[in-house]
Amino acid sequence: MQRIEEKHLLVTRWTHWVNFPVLFLMIWSGLQIYWANDVYRVGALHFFPQWVYSLLHLDHSLAQGMAIHFFLAWIFVINGILYAAFTMISGQWRQLVPDRKSLVQAIKVTLYDLGLSKEMPPQGKYNGAQKIAYTSIAVMGAGSAVTGLAIYRPIQLSWMTSLLGGYPAARTEHFLLTMAFLGFFVIHIAQVVRAGYNNFRSMVSGIELKKEEAADV
Amino acid sequence: MSKRTPEQEMAVRTRRGFLALGLGAAAGIAGWELLRHGAEEDGLAAGFRRVQAFNERVTSGTLFRAGHLAPGFPVSRAEAPRANGDEGLTDDVEDDDWRLELTRYHESQAGSKLEMSDIRKLPKAEHVTEFKCIEGWSTVVHWGGARLADFTAAFAAGSERAQYVGLRTPNGEYYAGVDTPSALHPQTLLAYEMNGEPLSDEHGAPLRLVIPVKYGIKNLKRIGALTYTDMRPADYWAERGYDYYAGL
Repeated sequence: MQRIEEKHLLVTRWTHWVNFPVLFLMIWSGLQIYWANDVYRVGALHFFPQWVYSLLHLDHSLAQGMAIHFFLAWIFVINGILYAAFTMISGQWRQLVPDRKSLVQAIKVTLYDLGLSKEMPPQGKYNGAQKIAYTSIAVMGAGSAVTGLAIYRPIQLSWMTSLLGGYPAARTEHFLLTMAFLGFFVIHIAQVVRAGYNNFRSMVSGIELKKEEAADV
Repeated sequence: MSKRTPEQEMAVRTRRGFLALGLGAAAGIAGWELLRHGAEEDGLAAGFRRVQAFNERVTSGTLFRAGHLAPGFPVSRAEAPRANGDEGLTDDVEDDDWRLELTRYHESQAGSKLEMSDIRKLPKAEHVTEFKCIEGWSTVVHWGGARLADFTAAFAAGSERAQYVGLRTPNGEYYAGVDTPSALHPQTLLAYEMNGEPLSDEHGAPLRLVIPVKYGIKNLKRIGALTYTDMRPADYWAERGYDYYAGL
């Protein structure tokens, strides 16, 4: 016998799915902008080789990239504020924000996921690793908006730019946050694939099927 | 509650969820395609031009203050910026031959031709600020010259009422327009010195615009003509897909 469990509320699902293409296009147009001055290095190497730019049509598109970036930024920010406000008001944040146990649990989850440990840590709605990841991604989103504004209007908002360490520093921070988003994206997709269809479907339908005896976990 | 089994309930909610998601995705893609592939205005889809106009209104209307200054740096931090772009600089101009054609507000053609000595009579202003290229790089530079606000008061009193200031090189190959509030910003200079030296040819000798509240594309080198007008002046990079306002 199975039962229905409400998992993701409507606003959570909509803001998630709106954010997905918007963040994707923000990163894409952001890299079109970055191409015009791709100065960051890992050791001696460029972050992106030229063939990556040409493959993804990121080269020679600065004007278009800026036009797209400063349009979608509105949707990204409004959607993010909606998500954050709803998560606070609905009380969902209690299941999301990490607590004292989250870090230890996150390590156990990581060891289990990597096959280095057989013991599966207890799972609430979100395990410790998820709590840390999902809270970080929300904070990172806010960070991208703030560092982005600081390089978009660095004179009118010079107080903001100064707090971030100045114009070149804010640009670097904005870039590093973007790289972190790409890292999150890879792990997130891998974990969603691992977790299977029942879990994925809950982000669409809002509900999950649970075995009756698992109810008290 | 209905009498659906959990499995039936799941099927209904899943179908509904995917349908809503599909409709949302279709609407989003349709909107995006409309925005991107509409008629172009100067190399950029009209929809994006409207967003740029909106962003300009937000910045000039709510954020911009004449008192918001570009942060200053110690002179020791100053470096020579990259000499990006030589549009309009290909013809050599001797300082003695150079004239600034000035078209005041409501004048239909240049009412005065000024010499460098006229500009040098104005109080000299200096600042060490970050020059920001639209490509993403920035360089701290020490500039010296006359405030465009002082120039306007001295040679074109009353022209402050114009909405725009248009500039172009002597050969007309490069041109830019800026809104008057930005042009009259206290750090906007008609600069004749860079890092303590007279301007070099590649940086726009004998006189260039330095406008820290705008990207480098508006900091026109070797000004040949300056016009106060309500008609939005032609702008080289705005004609090539870039944002006209280009404010910082």
